[in-house]
Amino acid sequence: MKILWLQASGCGGCTQSLLGAESRRGVLARLAGGGVELVFHPALAEASGDEALALLAAAADGTLAFDALCVEGALLRGPNGSGRFHVLAGSGVPMIDWVRRLAARARHVLAIGSCTAYGGIAASGDNLLEACGLQFDGAEPGGLLGADFRAGSGLPVVNVAGCPIHADWVVDTLLALAAGAFAAGDLDALQRPRFYSEQLVHHGCPKNEFYEFKASAQKPSDLGCLMENLGCKGTQAHADCNVRPWYGVGSCLRGGFSCIACTEPGFEEPGHPFMATPKVAGIPIGLPLDMPKAWFVALAALSKSATPKRVRESATRDHPLPLPSTKKGPRP
Amino acid sequence: MSRLVIGPFNRVEGDLEVALDVADGRVRGAEVSASLYRGFENLLVGRDPLDALVLVPRICGICSVSQSAAAAAALAAAAGLVMPANGRLAQNLIHCCENLADHLTHFYCFFMPDFARDGYAGAPWHAGVAERFRAQRGSALADWLPARTDFLRVLGYLAGKWPHTLALQPGGTTRAITPTEKVRLAEVLREFRDFLETTLFADALEAFAALDSPAALAAWAEARDGDLARFVRVALALGLERVGRAGDRFLSFGAYAAAGGPLLPRGVWQDGAALALDPAAIVEDVSHAWLEDGAALPPAAGETRPLADPDAKPAAYSWCKAPRYAGRAVETGALARQLLAGQPLAASLVAAHGGSVLARVVARMSEVARLLPQMEQWLREIAPGEPFCAEWTAPQDAHGVGLVEAARGALGHWLTIERGRIAGYQIVAPTTWNFSPRDAAGQPGALEQALVGLPVGAGERNPPIVQHVVRSFDPCMVCTVH
Ligand code: SF4
Ligand code: SF4
Repeated sequence: MKILWLQASGCGGCTQSLLGAESRRGVLARLAGGGVELVFHPALAEASGDEALALLAAAADGTLAFDALCVEGALLRGPNGSGRFHVLAGSGVPMIDWVRRLAARARHVLAIGSCTAYGGIAASGDNLLEACGLQFDGAEPGGLLGADFRAGSGLPVVNVAGCPIHADWVVDTLLALAAGAFAAGDLDALQRPRFYSEQLVHHGCPKNEFYEFKASAQKPSDLGCLMENLGCKGTQAHADCNVRPWYGVGSCLRGGFSCIACTEPGFEEPGHPFMATPKVAGIPIGLPLDMPKAWFVALAALSKSATPKRVRESATRDHPLPLPSTKKGPRP
Repeated sequence: MSRLVIGPFNRVEGDLEVALDVADGRVRGAEVSASLYRGFENLLVGRDPLDALVLVPRICGICSVSQSAAAAAALAAAAGLVMPANGRLAQNLIHCCENLADHLTHFYCFFMPDFARDGYAGAPWHAGVAERFRAQRGSALADWLPARTDFLRVLGYLAGKWPHTLALQPGGTTRAITPTEKVRLAEVLREFRDFLETTLFADALEAFAALDSPAALAAWAEARDGDLARFVRVALALGLERVGRAGDRFLSFGAYAAAGGPLLPRGVWQDGAALALDPAAIVEDVSHAWLEDGAALPPAAGETRPLADPDAKPAAYSWCKAPRYAGRAVETGALARQLLAGQPLAASLVAAHGGSVLARVVARMSEVARLLPQMEQWLREIAPGEPFCAEWTAPQDAHGVGLVEAARGALGHWLTIERGRIAGYQIVAPTTWNFSPRDAAGQPGALEQALVGLPVGAGERNPPIVQHVVRSFDPCMVCTVH
C-alpha cells in the first residue's frame, strides 16, 4: 500500500509520536513488513523542492499511482475561504487545494490526529483560521471534503483521532487497511477505528482504587483520582490509553495528570479550565459514560464512607502511604 | 540576476520556502519564507492561565516539552512560585531527554539523508554514506529509531506521554518517581549511553566531549567508524567547516535550572566574547511579515494581527516576525549554548571560520555527549520521598516571562494575566530568530545571511549546499509561525 502523507496545519507531533512506535528495527521497518510504503512524507522524504512538487503534482493528476492519503494537521480555509493561511511552500497553491485534489485520487483517506479529524486546537476560540477537519467540523459532519465524501474504496475518511495519536493507533490501522482487513463497520460514529475508540481511558487506569473510593487528588502530583477536582475526563473519553502504554511504560494518568479527552471532537474548548472539574451541587457534571448517574451518586456516597485510611491519605500525597505490615506484632 | 525559489523543504518541521537571487554563480541575496500562519498567541487570550499548559505544547510536536517548560516558567514567575529540588531535577530530565532525542532525530532523519543523494554519487565516500543514511531505508534508521523509542521511556516514566505531556507544572512535575522507577530510569540511561558510545560516537562520551580543536576533531574522525565520524569526514571533504556563516552573533536564554542559575549560561556572544543578556533589548519587527504594520515592540507588549489580504503588503514575504536583539539579528541554537558555556571545540571552530554547517552539527553532538552524563547525575540526585511539586495559586493580575532553550535555540514566552485570565501571550521561538525575514532597516535574518555567497551552478534547481546550510540550523517552522 503506497502512502502519500501531507502535513497541513498541525504541530508534527503525530509524526513524532508515530516514529516512537515500539519495534525491533524501527517503525518504518514494521510498516514495510506489512506492505506499507511511504511514497512521500514531509519529515522523511528524500525529495525536496522541485522533485517533491513534481511527485505531488503527478499524484494529483493521476500519473503517479498511490493508495492512501494521510493528512496530519488542520485544514485552514482562512482568510475568507482563500486558504492563504497555509500555502504549500514552493507551489503557490493553498494546502486545502492540494488535499482536495489528492483525496479525489486516493483509495483510502486517513485523518491523522484530532486536528485533521475534527479541527483540533487550531479551531479553538473564534476560529479566525477557519480551521476544520477533513470530514468534520468539530463534531459536525462536513469539513473540507464534505459529509458525502467517499474514498475510492468506498470508506469515508478514517479518523485516527488523538492529540497526538498513539503510534499503534496509526500503525494498526494502516496494517489492517493494507491487509484488506478493515471495513466501514470497523469505524465508530465519529469515524474513528473502533479497536481503540470503543474503550474508555478510565479502563485500566492505575488510579482506579482511588476512583472506586472517591479518594481525590487536590493538587497536581497528588496520587488520588483526578476526576473530582482536576478536570480528568478519563471516564468520558474514548481511547485505550491506559491499556496501551506510551513507550511501553507511560500514559497521561500514569504521568499523574488528567485526561483532557484529546481523541474527542471539541476537546480544545471544554467550556471550563482544563484542569478544573465543573460541578453542580458538589457533583461533577461530566459523569462516567458507562453507568447511570443515580448509581454513580449513590455509590460515590457509599464508597466515600468506606474509604480505607491508606487510600484516603495517599490520595493527597505524592508518595503512597505504606501498606500495613503483614507481620503479626508491633510495627516498627 | 536570476531568481530561484526552493520549496517545499522537506525534512524540516513545517513549511519553508527559500528564494535566492543568483548572479555569476553565487547567491547574492536570500529571502526566507514561512508559508503557514497558526495564531496560537491569539487563541490563548481569555483562557484560564493554566490552560496554557495544554495549548502551547501543541505549537510543536518536536519540542513540545520546551514549549511546556517556557509556559510553566512564565506561570511560575507570574505567581512567584519556587519549585522543590525534585521537581527541578525531574523537569531537567524531561526537557533534556526531548532535546537530546531531537538532536539525534535531526541528525539521522532530517540532516544526513542529503549526503546520500544521487548528486554525490562518484564522491569516494558516497556509497558507504548512502547505504547508512538514505532517507527512510538507510541502515542507520534501524539502529536509531528503536534506540529513540527506548530513550523516550524517560518521558514515559516521568512525563506519562510525549509529545504533549501535562507533567510540567509551574511548581514542578506531576509524577513523583518511586525507588524502583529510579532504578529503571538508570537502566534506560545506561542503554542509551551504550547506543551513543557504540553507534554514534564509537567512543566514550567523555572522550568526545574533551576534544578541543578543529585538528583534534579531524584526527578523531579519521580514527573511528561511528556515524558522527562519518559525517565529520564528509563535511571536511566538502569544506563545510567554511560554509554557512551568518553574523557570528549568538544568543542563549540559558538551559537547565540548577541551584545557582542555569547549567548552560544565558548570554550573548559577540566579537568573540560573552556578554550578559538583557531581555529588555529584544523587540519583534513586522515590516516584512504578512501582519498588520506597527512599530517594533518588546514581546511583553507585542501584537500579532494577521492580514486578511496578504497580497496588499508587497514588502512582506513571510508569516514570521523578525526578532532583533539590541537592533541586530542573532543566531541561536546549540552552537550558541556551547560557546557561552565556554566549550573549547565550539569556540575554536567559530574562531577559525565563524558559525558553519560543521560547527552547528558538532555543537549539537557535543551537547549530547556532555548532557547524558548530566542526566545520570540529575537522576542520582532525585530523592524519593521528597516533594516534586509546589502548589500554584492563581494570581489575578501579573506578568511572567519564561526563557528556556529548545534543542534549536532560545525560546521565550511572555505572559500577562488580568482579572485571573490570560490577557496577553507572546512567543518568540528559536527559528523565529534564525529564519527571520528582513527588518525595517533591511537587515536580513541569520539564515538569509548564511545563504549569501553560496555557489549555485548553472541550471541547478536545488543545490545540495543550500539544503545543508538550511538544515544545519535544524529549523522548526511550525514553532516560528506558532
Ligand atoms: S493532533 Fe495534536 S499532535 Fe497531532 S498534529 Fe495536531 S496538534 Fe499536533
Ligand atoms: S488519556 Fe486522554 S488526553 Fe491522554 S492521550 Fe488518552 S485520550 Fe488523550
